[in-house]
This record gives sequence, structure tokens and C-alpha cells, in this order.
Amino acid sequence: MKTNKLNTEDSIINKKFAEDDKKVISYPKMEVENYPNGESNIKRNLGVEFQKGKIANISINRSAIERRCANYGVRRSIKKQQQAAWLLKAITLIDLTTLSGDDTEARVRRLCSKAKQPLNPNLKKDLAVESLEISVAAVCVYHDMLNAANKALKDSEVKLAAVSTGFPAGLSPLPLRMQEIEYSVSSGADEIDIVISRRHVLEGNWKALYKEVKDFREKCGTALMKTILATGELGNLSNIAKASQVCMMAGADFIKTSTGKEPVNATLPASLVMARMIRNFYEETGCRIGFKAAGGISDSKTALVYMTMIKEELGRRWLEPDLFRFGASSLLGDIERQLDHFSSGYYSASYRHPLT
Amino acid sequence: MSLLKSFEQLDYSQALESSTEAQKWLEKHGRRFGQFINGKFDNRKNAELIASNNPSNGELLAHIEVANSSQLDAAVATARKAQPKWQALGGHGRAKVLYALARLLQKHTRLTAVLETLDNGKPIRESRDIDIPLVIRHFYHHAGWAQLQEQEFSSYEPIGVAAQIVPWNFPLLMLAWKIAPAMAMGNTIVFKSAEQTPITAMFFAHLCEQAGVPPGVVNIVNGAGDVGASLAAHKGVDKVAFTGSTAVGRSIRQSTAGQGKKLTLELGGKSAFVVFEDADLDAAVEGLVDSIWFNQGEVCCAGSRLLVQAKVADKLHSKIKKRIQKLRLGLPLDKSTDLGSLVSQTQYQRVDQMVQQGLQQGGELFQAYDGQSEGNYYPPSLITEIDASHPLAQEEIFGPVLVSMTFRTQTEAVALANNSRYGLAASVWSENINRAMDVAPKLKAGVIWINCHNQFDASCGFGGVRESGFGREGGKEGLFEYLKPKFLTPSKSLKPVTAKQQPSSNETIDRTLKFYIGGKQVRPDGGHSIATYKADGSLASLVGSGNRKDIRNAVSAAIKANSWSNQNGHVRAQIIYFLAENLALRESEWIKRLQDLCGITKKEAKTEFNASLSRLFSYAAWSDKYDGAVHNAPYRGVTMALPEAIGVLAQIAPEEKPLLSTISLIAPAIAMGNRVVLIPSQRYAGVALELVQTLETSDIPPGVINIVTGNKSELADQLAGHAEVDGIWCWSDDETVAKVETTSAADLKRLWVHQEGDRDWLDPQQGEGLEFLRNATEVKNIWTPYGD
Repeated sequence: MKTNKLNTEDSIINKKFAEDDKKVISYPKMEVENYPNGESNIKRNLGVEFQKGKIANISINRSAIERRCANYGVRRSIKKQQQAAWLLKAITLIDLTTLSGDDTEARVRRLCSKAKQPLNPNLKKDLAVESLEISVAAVCVYHDMLNAANKALKDSEVKLAAVSTGFPAGLSPLPLRMQEIEYSVSSGADEIDIVISRRHVLEGNWKALYKEVKDFREKCGTALMKTILATGELGNLSNIAKASQVCMMAGADFIKTSTGKEPVNATLPASLVMARMIRNFYEETGCRIGFKAAGGISDSKTALVYMTMIKEELGRRWLEPDLFRFGASSLLGDIERQLDHFSSGYYSASYRHPLT
Repeated sequence: MSLLKSFEQLDYSQALESSTEAQKWLEKHGRRFGQFINGKFDNRKNAELIASNNPSNGELLAHIEVANSSQLDAAVATARKAQPKWQALGGHGRAKVLYALARLLQKHTRLTAVLETLDNGKPIRESRDIDIPLVIRHFYHHAGWAQLQEQEFSSYEPIGVAAQIVPWNFPLLMLAWKIAPAMAMGNTIVFKSAEQTPITAMFFAHLCEQAGVPPGVVNIVNGAGDVGASLAAHKGVDKVAFTGSTAVGRSIRQSTAGQGKKLTLELGGKSAFVVFEDADLDAAVEGLVDSIWFNQGEVCCAGSRLLVQAKVADKLHSKIKKRIQKLRLGLPLDKSTDLGSLVSQTQYQRVDQMVQQGLQQGGELFQAYDGQSEGNYYPPSLITEIDASHPLAQEEIFGPVLVSMTFRTQTEAVALANNSRYGLAASVWSENINRAMDVAPKLKAGVIWINCHNQFDASCGFGGVRESGFGREGGKEGLFEYLKPKFLTPSKSLKPVTAKQQPSSNETIDRTLKFYIGGKQVRPDGGHSIATYKADGSLASLVGSGNRKDIRNAVSAAIKANSWSNQNGHVRAQIIYFLAENLALRESEWIKRLQDLCGITKKEAKTEFNASLSRLFSYAAWSDKYDGAVHNAPYRGVTMALPEAIGVLAQIAPEEKPLLSTISLIAPAIAMGNRVVLIPSQRYAGVALELVQTLETSDIPPGVINIVTGNKSELADQLAGHAEVDGIWCWSDDETVAKVETTSAADLKRLWVHQEGDRDWLDPQQGEGLEFLRNATEVKNIWTPYGD
């Protein structure tokens, strides 16, 4: 019976979208908003009208994408001091994440303390970067862990992010998904990582996707919205590109590759496609949309390839936490070891660095 | 710079590849190299020297001794001496040597890559990731062909001594492309590298010693163009393979004319890069980086001519401009460098001058200049606002300069792409497979890349059409360039007939044998006739004496019949079968005619007639069966090797077995979709003309076969000089062959030339089959990567 009910609800929603399709949707004019806390100088994406024409002609050539991806790592060298600098930057781009069924408050507290102080002070001293305030960008948890995290992060610059909207599958009832955002925002989340309904993409129901994301965005209010496409479940690169475009039109602040729970998570080809869509959107609207790569990026070398890709495709400006994030849990540990190596000349052991 | 500053800037590192090992290697050899002859270095104290410099900083790498003529003779002689034993070693024996070379190269990849970059100025990333891996792959792949030679090419044998001359843009890769297939098939080699970039060839010579290449099999000489010219023209050489400029290719064609040498020429290009509105534009931009900004644009197949559909032109241009500002122009040994140094100051000046002079005739230049400002660094450049007639749109610049023009429709795109003297390569960018697959075969080029550019592999043939040269390198199609049929025998000539003046007989009505042009029988333009005689010396018939205008008419008729080339094989087969059927009706007439003309027995005449019918059947059969290949290149995609008709094919027929040899020429040509201008045997000129009635009743479209009789030598020369003739088959005396070779150098036609009597037409092994089909076609390789 439950299933039936959901189906009915869905069909009502679909009918509503079908009606909306007939009207021209125009976004309420909003003033340019600044980011919460005001440290970002970028213009926030207010979304634009749904334009079918913007997605109809998108076609992505996979082989060309792969040839390009094969080049970032070998055409650009990041060594020695540059490598240390890039890795320090990488730390500031991390959404330190725990999204496990066995998360507890204690576990989250440990994560938060690492988030606030990702680098051991001795290492900072050895690297002569004591003046740098280095922390990760955000801590990313399930809603139920927000309170614990909020307490632990008090008085720190680290943002608090919650996954939401029926994460990871996004298949809970729509009103509940909307409500979940409200809950998390009122519990102190600065950032909401929403998941999109993959079926809208797979069914080519772009208008429905647009509406969904737009509604989510409204619920987010001043909280930053990261839109998880779950690229591993979208079938092909052209769908990834189209979904990126629709989410940006609908007002996403960030587009994000994956939940970390799909069989295939962040890949460089999918990320390149998303980065190029971000570039197109920027060129057309002047709005900079952020990008978050999540799932499977666990070593420094991979992180550097992603950062190179972003620098080549979008430019230096994008390598800042207001425009780029890694959703990762074990990446930080590897970066610490690499930095330790840069400082001492020898490889360190993971047990010598505090656990996340 | 402090770490804090780096943290702000997030720059890339300058990561210089170490050249210590390479410099040590050069030191070890005293920074001086002589000729590599008979497995040893031949150094001469008082040799003329050429300095080989690092083009990025002018530093001397080594001095190269210029080969003198006695050294050249010695190299050719030692190659000749070594050849029979090398051939006799067998496929497996040669495979082991090639395999050893591949392995050795693999063990020295870093050193080889650094030497190449030092010598040429190309970015280390390219020599390391592209040139050297392709070199190694080429030797592995051809070790395999050596192993399979006896199975795959049993009726062929090596040509003998190959002279190979390469340019400076891909020194070692071009060496591999030349040496590997020649060695594999059992030829011996005299190789000359470019004087700007001789170092890696010297390194290769040392590897030959280690790999157990028998002395004399590979000989390497040094010097500038004059040494190359002497080598190509050397009497002791059987085969010349040249990669370089069209001008030099042309002079090699001329200087080797009449020497009976087989030639492969891989020349210049102005390859089209065609972007349709439905292309993935970002992919196309990266394609341009792989294309015109690869190897500083010093690539013969660079997509230097961008043709973009007008609708998306502005968008694409803006993307290109943004992209090239991100290209890093800098020290070749820096691993983050995208474009290194041009090969020499001369080359820099040449490119710069061409661009400056070109711009005086219009055009808008956009250059991104990041990094090096001194030295031979030419920035990536885009020129817009020009049209097809602009010199920069027509001439090869051979630098990192892209010219862009727009088109409106697919038809216009094809027309613009083909509006060039060159025809090396082209790429098509569209996400619509219908469009891409429709356009690719229409582009006049030897290699077509769909949604990619500058993809190479040992398993796929490479080479051009038109003035980009002929012959293929790589793939099975490339091996035939180093093989000849086993049966070829020295020529024998027919005994001349003494003409007797006999009164014309009253028994039959006087017959007029006219030319056959555009499906009509026409009189000679000049109004002259020549007599042909029977074996007994009596008059056989008067035939027209053709001239320049008759040739012109015949060629334009052939051009008009271009729909024949697009006709499918099944339809062509039906027509050739029908021709056989109609010919069979005239058996008794032909037997009598052949007896009278050739002075042969009835049985012999019947044999020739039946063989002619059988031959027609053979080519009718082949029409829909000679179907190319899908090459097994290591990428996700298909490379199709399509045999395409050459186009307008002129055929200068041999003298003997007049009916059979005529059929043996025209049948394979039309079966493959060519349109033919036939110059029949001079002595038996009437034979081909007697076929006209049969041709007319066999549904052969007008213009597909055209026949002009007359002085073979003169008409052959006219055809060789006619720019709309795409290829020539010629059986004639040495003098005529030489003339055809010389005259055709003007537009570098593909030639298949023979001395009279080189084969027994009655023997199907010699008179028909794959050798004919291969020469009636040119292989086009179409690369199609796929994936969604």
C-alpha cells in the first residue's frame, strides 16, 4: 500500500509539472546575495529561467574527454615547493566527511577536531607556514550528527554541511525531503548537500529536475546548496552535462559529482564535463558555480590531478573553498604524509598523524 | 619564492628533465659522428662538418660529418651485398632482430626522448609520451609482420636496397616508419636523417650493433639535401622512400625518372579541420591543441586549416583564444611545456615572414604569448577573417599557426576542404554519426580522423593523395611499398612488322575506327590517321592519331562520369558481367581478328579470348569483394582502411596480347570505380577500338571508359601533364616511362609503370588479381573513436 501511495503522489507531482511546463516560469527577482559570513566575494547564483534550448543541443564526446583527462597529470608538473603549496591548498578545499550508519557523536567530535586543526603544529612550523590559518572547508555529516558537530565546531571557521533530501538515493517522499532541508538549516547547517532525483535525468524530465532543485534551493535559504548529481547513475556524459546545466539554471551554488555511495563515484571525465558546463554557465551569466568532487579521491596525486583540471578549465579563482571542494575522508591523511615527506625528505607512517 | 607565495599563486613547477645522461652519451662519442656503414662508424678526419645544435639555446650538441660520394657508394654497395643474406634469413630470423631493436629502444626510452628534445626543440612531454612510444610500437608491430611474411606475402619478395630520407620534425619516429617495414620485408637500407636532427639516428645506429642487426643491413649517412638527392638518384638503389617537403619530393620524382625505382613520397599538407555546428566544441578545441599546436605545428598532417560552420564560428573562436592563452610556450625539457622551440632560427624566420607577408593581404592575427620571449619560440596563433584564396589559407606554414574560415552547409564544407593541392589528412568534428560518416569519404585525403586529430599507429596506413604524395606507411598497406611480385622478369620486346602496301579489298565495306570519348565515337581533332598492320604486313585498319585536345576531351568526359566512383560494387559487377556476356557473342570474330593481327594459331587466339572472358568475370567478382580492413589499433574505436578509386586513371596499354592486356587493364580499373582514359597498344590500336561496340551495348555509362589512339609516348606525356588525371598505369619503353615519371612530377600523380613484357598476361598469377586492385585504389584510413 505504501508503494501505491508514493506512486499516486508522484503522479500528482508529475501532473503539476506538466501544467507548469505550459507556463513560462520566471524566477522572482532577488537581490544579489552574498555568501553567509560574507567572506566570499562572488555573486551568488539566483538561478535563471528554465530554457529547454540550453540543454537540447548538448552532446559530449567521451573519447575526446578521455584524451584530455589523460593529459592533466602528465602535461603539468607540480613538484616540491609547488606540490606542498597545492597540497596545503587542497586541505582547505576538503569537506571532511563521515556518512556511515555507525556514526556516533564521539566519532563526529573527533572528525571536527581534526577539521579545525588538520595539520600538526610541528609540521606547520617545519614548513614555515605558521601564519596560515589552515583548516578544512567544512565538515559533512548526516542531519542527526549536526548538533554534535555544531558544538564541536563552535568558534571555528569550519563550515557545517549536512547531506539531505533522502541522501543517498533521494527517493523518500518529496515533502519529507523538503522538510529535511528545513530541519538541517534550523539545526545550524551552513551548507546543504542535496541529491537530485536521478530518474528525472534518465527519463529526460528536465523540467521536473529544474523544479525539484529550484524548490530545494528555496528551502536552503541562506545556506549554500550543493547539488549531488550522482554521475555514476546518469548513464552517460551528455546526461551529466545536461543535469549540470539544469541544476545551475535552477540555482545550485555547487554541483557535486557523487554521494560516495554509488558504485562509481567521482571520475575525472565526469568532473571535466561538469567543469566545462560551469565555464559555459559563467560565460553566459557571469555567475561562478562551485564544483565538488566526492567519493574515491583518497590520495594526494589524484587530488592534484583534479586541481590541475580545475585550474586549466576554470582558472586559478576556482581553486578556493568557495568554488571547489573535495568530499573526502581519507584524503587528508595522505596529504599530511606527503607534506611530512616534503618537510623531512622521508615518508611518514599514517599512525604518526592524528586520526580523522 | 616562499611556500606562502606559492600557496597564493598555485603555479606549476618548472620541472626540467635532466639532460645529464644525454650529454654524457654525446661526450662519450666525442660529440662527433661519422657515417654508419657496414655495421661500423666510418669517421674521416677531414670530413665536412655540420653542427647539430640545440635549437632552444643554440648550444652545440655534436658535429656531424657529411657523407662524401665514395662513402655513399660504399653504403649502397654494402647494403646490396648484405641484402640476399638478410632476405634468406627468413621471416622469423628478421622478426627476432626487429624484436630485439624494440626491446632495446624500450630500455633507453628516457635517454632517447631527451636526445630527441635536445636536438629538435620539441617538448619532452611529447617526445617521451608520443614519439618514442610510437617508435617502439612500430618495431614491435613490424617484428610481427616479418614473422608472418611467408604466410601473408608468399608471392612477393623484397625490392632490394631502399634509400630512405626523412625530415627533422619527428626524427626517430620517421626513422622507425621507414626502417621497420623495410627491414621486416627483407630489404636493406641506406638511411639519411635531416641535417638539423641527426642525433637519434646515430643513437639508433649504436642500438643496431647491440641488437645483432647484420652489418650492411642498416646504413646511416649524414648530410644536407644534396646528400639526400645523390642518395635518391643513386643507381644502386631500388626503392626511394622520402618524407619531407612537396618541392623536394617533386625533384626526387624527377631525378629518379626512368630509373625503375619504386617511390614512396610523404609530403606536405594543409589539412582541413572541419567543425560542424553539432560538434562538441570543447572537444574540437582540444583537438586543435593535438593538431596544430602539437610539435609546434611542425607536423605534415597538422590541421592547419580550420573550417567551422558559420553558426558556431564566433563561439569556437572565442574558446580557441581562451585556450591558447593557457598553452605554455617554454623550455623543451620542462615537463610542463606545451610548445617548445621551432627547429631552427631559419624555420622561425620562415614562419614569421610567411605570417607577416600573409597578413599584408588581410586577416586578423591573435597570438597568445606566455613564457619564453627569446629564442626560436613561436607563439600559438590564430588567423581569422581570411578566405580560401588567401595565401595563408593555401600554403603550408609548418608552424603553430591556425587559419580559420567558415562554411554554411555540409556541401560547402566538403568543397572548401578539398580546395587544396594537398590531400594528406583531415578531421571531421560532429556528434552526428550520419554526418561524420557521410563527410569522411568525401574528403580528398589519405587519413581522416573523426572527432580526433593526429592519431597514429603502426597498424594503420598513413599517407596522402594529390601533392601530399603517394604510398602508405604503416599497416598491411604500407608493407607493399617494400615488396615486389616474385615473377617480374626482364623485358622482352616484340619483333617489328614490315608493312606491305596492299590495295584495299573490295570484299568488305571500309570501316572507320574512331575514338571513344564520353560514350560517343568521335573523330580525331587533328584529322590525322595512322595505319596499323596485320602480322603478314597487310593493312589492318586506319586509326585516329590523337592529340592534346583529344586527351583533354577524354579527360573531361572521364571527370563527368564521377558517379561511377560512387556506384556500388554490385552494380559495377553486373555491368562487367554483361560486358563479358556481350563479348562472348563475338567469339568467332575475335578469334579470326587475333589470328590475323598477331599471327597466332586459332588455338592460341581462342586461349587469349577465353582468358579475356575469364578476366572480366574475375573483376566482376572482385567488384563487391575487395573490401578493405578494420585495423587493430590500440584505442577504443575503429580504424577503417577503405580502398578508394584513384579517380581518373590513364592507362597506357602494353603491346602484346592486345585483347587480353586491354581487358586486364580496364577491368580492374572500372571494377574499383575508376574512370579510364585508355591509350591502346600502338601496333594493335584497332583492337581496343573494336571493343567499342561491345562496350556500348553493355550499359557502361558514358565517360567511364574513353579510348584515344595514336603515338603512345606523346599521348602518355599529355596525360602525365594533365592535372585532372589522378593516376597513370603505363606499359611502355624506358624512354616513355621516364617521360611519364618526369612530367607527372608537376602534380605528383600516383604511377604504376612497367617495361613492356614484364609479365605473362595469360598467367592469372601475373595478369590479374590483388596487385591490380591495389594499384587501382588508394587506401584511406578513417579513424573513429567511440564511446558514450
